[in-house]
Amino acid sequence: MASIEMKNIVKQYGDGFPAVNDVSLDIADGEFMILVGPSGCGKSTLLRMIVGLEDITSGDMIIGGKRVNDLAPRDRNLSMVFQNYALYPHMTVFENIAFPLRLAKTPDDEVRRKVNAASDVLELKEHLERKPANLSGGQRQRVAMGRAIVRDAEAFLFDEPLSNLDAKLRGQMRTEISRLQRRLGITTVYVTHDQTEAMTLGDRVCVLRKGKIQQVASPRELYEQPVNLFVAGFIGSPPMNFLPATAKGNTLETPFGTIELDADRAAKVAGRDLLLVGIRPEYFEDASLVDEAKRPLGSTFRARVDVTEWLGDSQYAYIPYDAPDSIKAQLRELSKELDSEELRTQAIVSIDATSRIREGREAEFWLDSRKVHVFDPESGENLTRDPEAGAELTRMAAQDREEQLQDSQARAGGARADGERAGGAQVGGATAASA
Amino acid sequence: MWWIGGAIIVVYALFPIAWIISISLKAPSDIANGQFLPSDVSWVNYETILTGDASELFLPALRNSFGICLIATAISCLLAMFAAYAIARLDFPGKKVILSTALAVAIFPVISIVTPLFNVWRQIGLYDTWPGLILPYLSLTLPISIWTMSAFFREIPWEMEQAAQVDGATTWQAFRKVIVPLAAPGVFTTAIIAFFIAWNDFVYGIVLTSTEAARPVPAALGLFSGASQFEDPTGAIAAAALIVTIPVVVLVLLFQRRIVAGLTNGAVKG
Repeated sequence: MASIEMKNIVKQYGDGFPAVNDVSLDIADGEFMILVGPSGCGKSTLLRMIVGLEDITSGDMIIGGKRVNDLAPRDRNLSMVFQNYALYPHMTVFENIAFPLRLAKTPDDEVRRKVNAASDVLELKEHLERKPANLSGGQRQRVAMGRAIVRDAEAFLFDEPLSNLDAKLRGQMRTEISRLQRRLGITTVYVTHDQTEAMTLGDRVCVLRKGKIQQVASPRELYEQPVNLFVAGFIGSPPMNFLPATAKGNTLETPFGTIELDADRAAKVAGRDLLLVGIRPEYFEDASLVDEAKRPLGSTFRARVDVTEWLGDSQYAYIPYDAPDSIKAQLRELSKELDSEELRTQAIVSIDATSRIREGREAEFWLDSRKVHVFDPESGENLTRDPEAGAELTRMAAQDREEQLQDSQARAGGARADGERAGGAQVGGATAASA
Repeated sequence: MWWIGGAIIVVYALFPIAWIISISLKAPSDIANGQFLPSDVSWVNYETILTGDASELFLPALRNSFGICLIATAISCLLAMFAAYAIARLDFPGKKVILSTALAVAIFPVISIVTPLFNVWRQIGLYDTWPGLILPYLSLTLPISIWTMSAFFREIPWEMEQAAQVDGATTWQAFRKVIVPLAAPGVFTTAIIAFFIAWNDFVYGIVLTSTEAARPVPAALGLFSGASQFEDPTGAIAAAALIVTIPVVVLVLLFQRRIVAGLTNGAVKG
């Protein structure tokens, strides 16, 4: 158990390309940190530098107060789950999990005890004598996790561990990983490009873009107070809509009518011609379904709906709009960077599943103007971000987390006392005790 | 229809072997009987080479062949394993040069080096010794071993090794405990190929040896003589040829499952 500190980490490849560029990040002891970003943003490289599989060009990597830049992976005492699991196909599940212990020359009976405890936690008991080739994808994934938790590592590192599973299994394993991490309370760094994983698992999420940190914050802060266009566009699904706007006093002129800003935010955006308004799909609603009381808090506009998607519990409508060429180019650039291919400028709005709005017709929409963000199209900076509110969200998340951790560890400790004979939950119990 | 073609090929390939079996079972007087099968099954040829006149020639040759070929195969596999690992895993200057040199050595005709080698070996005392044959056999087997094994090593995912290193293994431990077992099918395949090449050699065997101290079987077969100068040793040669085929067949049967089984199956997602 250890904290991980990165100070001005740079990774430069032979051709001078900086895959990771001046990254400084502190990961607290026991924290679940997510590294997220589109492909090629350097998140995996950063993880591999933590574990020691990739050399660090410059900067300091400090794990548990010790600088580890020059240590080989085996001397860092970290455990890692690889994207393709990297199980040893010639060994049984038992030997796979026992491998790190065998290398550490652990006595046989202790190996057996620890492997059994780990396989109990991961429900691998009946598969211990099988070979990885005979296991399903989810089982292989669990074996890889077993190999990671069987020894008392300083931290867990996950490199897109769920990306090879099908959607249903991915959801199950996600909660499994979350439960396990809470229970063991071990510092965890988790790389993913899947934002559901990022939002649900992480205590804090670090968004990377082209090797640079964009924002490190709790999922909630990222969602509600993104620092720039990139983070705003990356976090959230369907993504945030960006509309061109021109400021006039306290109002913004957009293709979807006039949006009124409060004085505070109006002051922040004053003095600029062209702006981008970021509106999340769920800030929209079918105007006919909005409470009379709520109506004055936003504005209404009429627009022609191109396509609707009804999903049972929700419904999305696609509304095309026109934008100046410079904005179009900018948005296309952004969507390319976010690994998506946006062909036309259209807004995705989320409306109630019961809404009768149909494709091809004109309809009236309501939009909640309280939560819109305004971005500078040139720099991408979020002009209306409220750092105070954001920090508060992250503080709250940290507090929740603290309580959860205590709860689950108290429970794990109790389970250990109960199950001394069964040997269950010993991995969790032991770590909790040493914490 | 494909099985008709298959049957034709099998008959085409196996008929000579059947013929040799048949000849080996014919008594010397029966060889020219004008029919495929012996008129009377006789073991006299086997007796000749195993206990009779020719045994003095054949049995030491068999021992030499086994010893020399096994040692050459073992050395060649070990060296090729390290070379192939480096070629598959590391980036170093001269990698291409090593591979193309290996290829060049492999295609160099044996007959053109054997005469100079004969002279050199006599000068330095390697003539008619085991090392005197093991060395040239290495030059035959190493190139092909390096090529086949580096192909196998390339198939093994890098992550295997990295996972082992993260789990606490040194580079050497990762190689020995993870890579070598995974490469085992490749090593076996290579070993068998290398063994065949050494086992089948005739030119080096006949030129670089003169006595039973190092003469391998293919060379010994060429020196068989009949009971009298009017008699061909055909039957004895056929029997000896069959006996030297047996280890090869046994080897293939023994290891074919390991060769065929893709051991890496299940290592990664699937």
